[in-house]
Amino acid sequence: MEGLLEKVLSLSVLLGMLTSGIRLATPYLYAAIGETFGQRSGVLNLGVEGQMLMGAFAAFYVTWRTGNLLLGLLAAVVVGALMGLAMAVVTVNLHAEQGISGIGFYLFGLGMSDLLFQKLLGTVRTVEPFPDLPIPLLSDIPLLGPVFFRHNVLVYAAYLLVPLAWFVLNKTTLGLNIRSVGENPEAADSLGISVARVRYFTIILGGVLSGIAGAALSVGLLGVFQQNMTSGLGFIAVALVYFGAWRPLGVLAGALIFSLVNAMQLWVQVLGVPIPSELAVMMPYILTIVVLVLTVSRARPPSALTKPFEREA
Amino acid sequence: MFRNPLFRLLLVFGLALGLLAACKGQQPATPAAEEAKKPFRVAVVMPSAINDLAFSQSMYDALVAIQKERGEENFQFVYSDGMYVVDDAAAAIRDYATQGYDLVIAHGSQYGSSLQEIAPDFPNTSFAWGTTVETFGLPNVFAYEAASEQGGYVNGVMAAMLTKSGVIGVVGPIETGDAKRYVDGFVAGVKATKPDATVNVNWIGSFSDVSLAAEAAKTHIAAGADVMTGTAQMVVGAIGVAKEHGVLWFGTQADQTSLAPEIVVANQVYHWEVVLNQMIDLIQQGTLGGRSFAIDLANGGIVMVYNPQFDLPDDVKAAAEKTIEGIKKGEITIPLK
Repeated sequence: MEGLLEKVLSLSVLLGMLTSGIRLATPYLYAAIGETFGQRSGVLNLGVEGQMLMGAFAAFYVTWRTGNLLLGLLAAVVVGALMGLAMAVVTVNLHAEQGISGIGFYLFGLGMSDLLFQKLLGTVRTVEPFPDLPIPLLSDIPLLGPVFFRHNVLVYAAYLLVPLAWFVLNKTTLGLNIRSVGENPEAADSLGISVARVRYFTIILGGVLSGIAGAALSVGLLGVFQQNMTSGLGFIAVALVYFGAWRPLGVLAGALIFSLVNAMQLWVQVLGVPIPSELAVMMPYILTIVVLVLTVSRARPPSALTKPFEREA
Repeated sequence: MFRNPLFRLLLVFGLALGLLAACKGQQPATPAAEEAKKPFRVAVVMPSAINDLAFSQSMYDALVAIQKERGEENFQFVYSDGMYVVDDAAAAIRDYATQGYDLVIAHGSQYGSSLQEIAPDFPNTSFAWGTTVETFGLPNVFAYEAASEQGGYVNGVMAAMLTKSGVIGVVGPIETGDAKRYVDGFVAGVKATKPDATVNVNWIGSFSDVSLAAEAAKTHIAAGADVMTGTAQMVVGAIGVAKEHGVLWFGTQADQTSLAPEIVVANQVYHWEVVLNQMIDLIQQGTLGGRSFAIDLANGGIVMVYNPQFDLPDDVKAAAEKTIEGIKKGEITIPLK
């Protein structure tokens, strides 16, 4: 047992866990940051998983056909934007119940990506994914260089997105408008802010980021598309927004905790630590819930979350 | 304040699963040919896509093979794939039984308890499910399974001979059923050939999480593995990682060579048609169930397929062939944990 503990806590294993955790958190970051924008403007989008699947398929298919990864990424952006646009029409203009609409879009994405996979690909195929791009100098830092600075471009971009999202939400007029629309749309409206336009923007942005989250899997980390490959990841991303108390940095913390513990349980099993595998795979979920309970803050959701806005006549 | 939206989220998620039932309908059935001689009609419910290069594809390919062999006028089948939600699958099984199919196959051990409930309501319909040996003592339920430990053992023998680092990685879904048998057999094969080799096994807890399977493979490689295997449909992620790192791969359930011709060494391939044909013959003679079947190397239901593009050393291939013969003759017995 002592030998095992030493093995688990050895430097190379810890560095390995860190590297894995950073990679695993990538899709959550895109999807959850996108969802944060939506929720801060008062729109709950539960269709993230469906948008991710469509993005993952679009990116994979276009890359497979053209051999061009950037075109694939662009396809994911376009498809994500279209899914977001449809969600915006349904929830903003038609005042549909947000939760149910989101589920509808999830089911659409799940079924449609599967259908397209069967009709257009026929079988599981592979493409060369985005290559790792070591950052000069930084990647040569002993020990930590390879952990942080040898990833593909979509991984770096996901982490750069966090401060950017924080900046936009907290330091720009656009962010102020988003927040006021999410807290008090009537007041925002009386100040001349178009509630509908702001929500269109955040929902479409959410769709785009979810699409990229899917691409970060299919052509970023994997180079493969498989039916239902997101496997509930999109729903965890929505939960991470609550976990992160609607703040980009909180979302980052949540995504990292969840992913690092997931990476840890992979190592725990590989090193042959004698605990049941069922227990090991539960670890990230258990720990996330524990952290959530322990850190219950005064955070509260945006006041207008899930409430459609109708301008008084 | 805080609890409310979370609760709502859970509620809606629950609803989602319910709605899924409504959305994932069945594939359109081929209209029964109105001929004097009625064709044998089979309906099958599968947990993943028919082209998953794994569990569901093995069944689909078998049905296609039977149709080719018996002719479309004598044998027809319909399927519902992607039925990973058991309640949806149960609804589909009941639908098919109501529609009067001769044989309704529930292709997934997770469907067992549903079948146990449904089958007694349709005493004139034959049901089959796998992978298992359990027929619940019902006269209209067949059970089928694959002796997947046999191909696992053969793969393990080759893996042990090909590893240079002495470390081998396994990526599995959930530690049960077909996957567990395969992995147990694989580990036994390695240990019998190279007792000092290390086999690291990782169960990722999911049949669909491709990215976690890929990360598990990366973990194995970081831990020194130069040969890997894995089972179920999410391993496509792990195969991609193996290819990227030039790590050898052993497949199971279906021929996975097309995914990475450079590194796939061999595959255990299932031919369910061997046991399905036996069931169909029995049903046509009036026996609707009560027996369990297994495909294995000896009856041809399990076949080892070598990747022709991989330069397999002669001594390794000879050892594999000798192992196959040994298992067929019963000289090699594989302990199941």
